[in-house]
Amino acid sequence: MRKSLPIPSFVLPLAVVTVIVLMWTMVSRLGFFHESAFPSPVAVVSAFGEEIRSGRMLTDLITSLFRVSCGFGLAVLIGIPAGLWLGQKSMARLAFLPVVNFFRNLSPLAWIPFSILWFGVGDASSIFLIFLSAFFPVILATMAASASVPTIYSRVARDFGMGDFEKLTRVTLPAIMPQVITTLRVTAGVCWLVVVAAEMIAGRDGLGFAVMDSRNGLRTDILVVEMIVIGLVGVGIDRGLVQLTRIPSVRWGYER
Amino acid sequence: MKDNTANPLLRLLSVSHSYGALDVIRDLSIDILPGEFVAIVGPSGCGKTTLLNLLSGFNAPTAGVVVRNAESRMVYQQDGLFPWQTVAENIALGLRTLKNEEERRQQVRELLALIRLEGFENSYPHQLSGGMRQRVELARALAGTSDILLLDEPFSALDYLTRLRMRQELSRILFERPKTVVLVTHDIEEAAQLADRVIVLSESPARISQEVAIATPRPRNPTQPEVVQAVHRILTEIGVESESRINYV
Repeated sequence: MRKSLPIPSFVLPLAVVTVIVLMWTMVSRLGFFHESAFPSPVAVVSAFGEEIRSGRMLTDLITSLFRVSCGFGLAVLIGIPAGLWLGQKSMARLAFLPVVNFFRNLSPLAWIPFSILWFGVGDASSIFLIFLSAFFPVILATMAASASVPTIYSRVARDFGMGDFEKLTRVTLPAIMPQVITTLRVTAGVCWLVVVAAEMIAGRDGLGFAVMDSRNGLRTDILVVEMIVIGLVGVGIDRGLVQLTRIPSVRWGYER
Repeated sequence: MKDNTANPLLRLLSVSHSYGALDVIRDLSIDILPGEFVAIVGPSGCGKTTLLNLLSGFNAPTAGVVVRNAESRMVYQQDGLFPWQTVAENIALGLRTLKNEEERRQQVRELLALIRLEGFENSYPHQLSGGMRQRVELARALAGTSDILLLDEPFSALDYLTRLRMRQELSRILFERPKTVVLVTHDIEEAAQLADRVIVLSESPARISQEVAIATPRPRNPTQPEVVQAVHRILTEIGVESESRINYV
C-alpha cells in the first residue's frame, strides 16, 4: 500500500513541470538561440490554438493511432498464439527461436526501404513496420512465459480431468497473463516510438509526417506542439494498458 | 496385523520403480483398505513422492502392479491452487463433473463452511495465509466423488504451530467427511498423530523397514501415549533415538 502523502499527489509533479516551463521561458528570453530554433512557450501555445482550429492535429493523431492499433493488434493476435505454440513444443522452439531472435534484434526502422517498395507510402507500410516492432517481442515474451508455467498447474489440470484445449485456455493462458500484459505495455510504447519514425519517412500524413512537415516549413513552434502531443499520447496509451493489470484474475502476478 | 478380508482400495504388488539407472523403489507391496489412514514416512529422497505418483497413476511402475479400485485426488505441498481463480472457483474445480450450477454453488458453500473459510469465497489465493491456502486445497480435493485423498507433505511449508492446527483441522474434516487417506510426510509426529498405520521406508531404493499400527481412535492429540510411543519406535528404528533414554510406565 502507498503511504498517504501530506500533500495531494499532483502537487510535486506540477511543480517540476512549472520549473521546466519557467526555465524554458528564461532561456528563450535570453536569446541564445534564434526564435525559430528555440520557440518560446507563448509561441507554442498560440501554435497549439492554430493546430486545433485547423483540425490538422486531430486528423494526424487519429491517423497515427489507427496505424498503431492495426499493427499492434495484428502482432498481438498472431504473436500470442504463436508464442504459446513455441512455448509448448520444444522442437518448434528449437527450430524457430534463432530466427525469432534475429528479427527481434533487427531494428524495424531498417525495414523502411522495403516497406516503401512493397507497400508504398501510406497506411500499409507504417502498419507493417509497427507490426514488426511488436510481433517479435510479443512472441518471445509469450513463449518464455508459457515455457515457464510451473508444472504443478499442469498436474492439477490433469488431476481434474482437463483436456488439452481446456488446459490451454483455463490454465496456460491465465498463468502467463501477468507477464503478457507487462510485455504489451512495453511493446505498445515501442510501437508509439516507431510510428513517428515510420511516418517521417514513409508517410504522407500522421504525427510523424507532421513533425517532418513542420521542420521543412521551419515551423518549430508547431513542432514543439507535436512533440508534446506525441509524448502525452504515449503516456496515455500506457495509462490505458495499465488498466489491464487491475483485472482481479491477474492481480496475483503483481502482488506476490 | 489388519484383517485382509476387505478389498483394498489401492494395492501395490511387488512394485519397483527406477529413473534410468536410479532405483527409487524396489519390490514394494502395500495394501490400503477402505477408510484407512496410512502415513508413509522415510528419509528425504527415499521415493515417498514417487510412491504417491504411482498410487495416483501419474507414473506407471517399471515393474509390478498397481491396482486402483477408486478415484483419488492429490493435495500438494504448496502452490497447487490456481492463483488466477478465486477460492470458490478453485474449489469448484473439484466439482467439474457436477453439471447443475445451483447444486455446485451449494456444495462449494458447504465445503467453505467445512474448512471454516466462509466469507473468503471471492478472495484469491495470494490474499490468504499459507494455512488457509492448504485448507482450500484440501476442500478442492474433498469436493466431488473421489474416495481417496493423497497428501504429499501438505503441511510441510507451514510453521510449526500452523502445522499443529492443520493436523487438528484435517482430523476434524475427516471425521465429518471420512475418506481413505495416504499421507506422505517426513514429520513422524504428524504421521503418528493422524494415521492408523505408519509405514516407515528405508533409504533409497525404498523398502518397508517398519510398520506401526496405532489403535487409539482418531482424532488424537500429539501427546497421547500411543502417539508418543509410536514416535519413539519409529525414531528408534531410523536410528536417531536410543532405546534406553525413555522409560514408559
